[in-house]
Amino acid sequence: MLKLKNREALNNFRNNILSKHQEKDKKLISLCAGSGCGAYGTEKVYQTLTEELAKHNLQDEVEIKLTGCHGFCEKGPIMVIHPEGIFYPQVKETHIPNIVEKTIKNGEIDKSLAFKDHITKKKIFHEEDIPFYKLQQRIIFGNNGMIDPTSIKDYISVDGYTALDKVLFEMTPDEIIDEIRKSGLRGRGGGGFPTAVKWDSCRKHEGERYVICNADEGDPGAYMDRSLLEGNPHSILEGMLIAARAIGSNQGYIYVRHEYPLAVKNIETAINQAREIGLLGKNILHSDFDFDIHISRGGGAFVCGESTALMASLEGNPGRPRAKYVHTVEKGFRQSPSLLNNVETWTNVPVIINKGADWYSRIGTEKSKGTKIFSLVGKVVNTGLVEVPMGTSLRTIIFDIGGGIPKKKEFKAVQTGGPSGGCIPKEFLDLGVDFDELAKVGSIMGSGGMIVMDQDTCMVDVARYFLDFLKEESCGQCNPCREGIKQMLAILTDICKGNGKEGDIELLEEIGGMLQKFSLCGLGTSAPNPVLSTIRYFREEYEAHIRDKKCPAGVCKPLFHYEIDPKACKGCQACAKKCPEKAITGEKKKTHILDRQKCIKCGICYDICKFNAIIIR
Amino acid sequence: MGKEVIIDWQHVDTIIDKYNSNREALLMIMQDISDIYNYLPPEVIPVLVDKLGIRKSQIYSVATFYKTISLEPRGKYIINICTGTACHVRGANKILETLQESLEIEEGETTKDQLFTLEAVRCVGCCASGPVMTVNKETHGGLDRTNTLEIINEYKEQAS
Repeated sequence: MLKLKNREALNNFRNNILSKHQEKDKKLISLCAGSGCGAYGTEKVYQTLTEELAKHNLQDEVEIKLTGCHGFCEKGPIMVIHPEGIFYPQVKETHIPNIVEKTIKNGEIDKSLAFKDHITKKKIFHEEDIPFYKLQQRIIFGNNGMIDPTSIKDYISVDGYTALDKVLFEMTPDEIIDEIRKSGLRGRGGGGFPTAVKWDSCRKHEGERYVICNADEGDPGAYMDRSLLEGNPHSILEGMLIAARAIGSNQGYIYVRHEYPLAVKNIETAINQAREIGLLGKNILHSDFDFDIHISRGGGAFVCGESTALMASLEGNPGRPRAKYVHTVEKGFRQSPSLLNNVETWTNVPVIINKGADWYSRIGTEKSKGTKIFSLVGKVVNTGLVEVPMGTSLRTIIFDIGGGIPKKKEFKAVQTGGPSGGCIPKEFLDLGVDFDELAKVGSIMGSGGMIVMDQDTCMVDVARYFLDFLKEESCGQCNPCREGIKQMLAILTDICKGNGKEGDIELLEEIGGMLQKFSLCGLGTSAPNPVLSTIRYFREEYEAHIRDKKCPAGVCKPLFHYEIDPKACKGCQACAKKCPEKAITGEKKKTHILDRQKCIKCGICYDICKFNAIIIR
Repeated sequence: MGKEVIIDWQHVDTIIDKYNSNREALLMIMQDISDIYNYLPPEVIPVLVDKLGIRKSQIYSVATFYKTISLEPRGKYIINICTGTACHVRGANKILETLQESLEIEEGETTKDQLFTLEAVRCVGCCASGPVMTVNKETHGGLDRTNTLEIINEYKEQAS
């Protein structure tokens, strides 16, 4: 690829790509190759599609684009046929001949393969009409489905690097920071710290300054950063370049999880392409500005998402946090001023520069501007990544976009903010989600994980689950975190086993309060949140475990058993056939009997029964 | 445990050179070596001491801090069952139990034939497709008891 020597060359390069796009009136098949769809078999679909097109001699007339995540991961692998925007979910190899014959050759829609709406039961043919997409505002995430993440040309063709061009030649560093300040952008990693304040204070400290991207997305249940890294890596690089120009930095680092191999690969490719074309390196576009980015892979330690731990890890040390008497903007990586922002924050930067702070700040709430990507997962019909303006209510996200709870079950709670967050019950479903609102009810928005829980989720078990997670991930440096989590976990484990006793709840609250006050870093101070928030809203469930020795949700095995409701049982034998222990017997059309001695409480019968005849006691 | 590993020293050197013997890249160097042998053979450590100019204690402290590094040999296929929150509420524990029963090992152990190592990880970022597991670098989503056993059998067949 040719090196772009100046801004005119970049413009010409873009115009060239665009004019070629207009020339060819090709059909374009966009196939999601993100990790979610990949897990459902995109690779095989792609191979079959390539072969089938060749069979019909269509390989030159139809372009296949392997894109990043489209967000509707529940329905993967996802295929969208442009220019019409025909949407096919859950595509299998066996569907390909039909799709090529009908849709590609004859322009017809194969209705049998089309998307069926869960609520209206109607078929929907075009991507833009699907409620999951319709109610979103995808200013950050939208390009994911349109571009091939391994092609810098694709990114440039959708106005990529125009914001860089603007800051290099039309704006001073002060103006850049002012624009970010006016936009109201706050850190998307969870802290919600005003981005411009961070940039400005880093700029004021002398020394070799570093720009760092936190791509150590460790919150279980959140994966928007992964999708941006995989699906639109250049937007992250552009955001970092803009900050580097604003604060006067020449070196950047991306600290990314080793567990995200495709993200590592795509961001590596993006960096190499940007270097090759001259958008990273020395004297970028002849502006006297030098900047390069390096990748560092994490090693599966959750605590490394904390800023000081991340920087310790970058230096080749174990990722242990330190007390922040001196902030990392003054002394961070290599004891130098370091500017750390999360992946999603970086991708917001070019959008703000391009569209302007005035436009951007009209989206969202008074104190939380812009959009936020949420990972809507767990017991919800449409799982996936959802981008909505800040302030959108939980109800809209879970029920209108997410389609509600599957199998006609009851909504119980939504867990937000990962291990540092809390569980929000149904009385707060109308809360608008932003940095401040969720904090009022004992949770946080965090990095955007949203795990929906239904009646079959035990809140005590959820609290125990998070502490078990945090016990593993505590770095062990400070006593309150190391010992406090361990003791809280021991109490919760006892409660789940049926050995809970009076006073346990109060003890959990006491130890929790201690952790909040005295832990060294954010991991410890926020660790009790899942426990305290579930005690606050689901105290009766704790009491049922402790006093009645019952787990109402049927999760804690020693505290419940299954029974067959003779009134509901139709004698269909579905459960009897699937029971691995042969614990269920009964003749056809007659009420079945469950032998509690043989039952191992695996739950297969409960899941399989269509008549809700298996009940938890 | 298991058979002796023969170390390709030239390959190890290439990896260290790729990172310019940079001590800050210690973790990545160890990960790249682990990718070849599925663990970090302790024989490599003196070489790292020499080439990177750091103390042995530093190497052990990094190697034992991060989960991606194992100093014990692991199986040909490393199964990482995701126990992130989304997978947890969708029944990841049942999948873990299924794997433990069928492979006759506990979490963190390796089968006697050195074919499988079973590990639980917190979130592989495929939360919408849960429960999920990865086997080496392949990801399998939408798991239940039945298809989990099928997938394991496929790997067994591949290996035989």
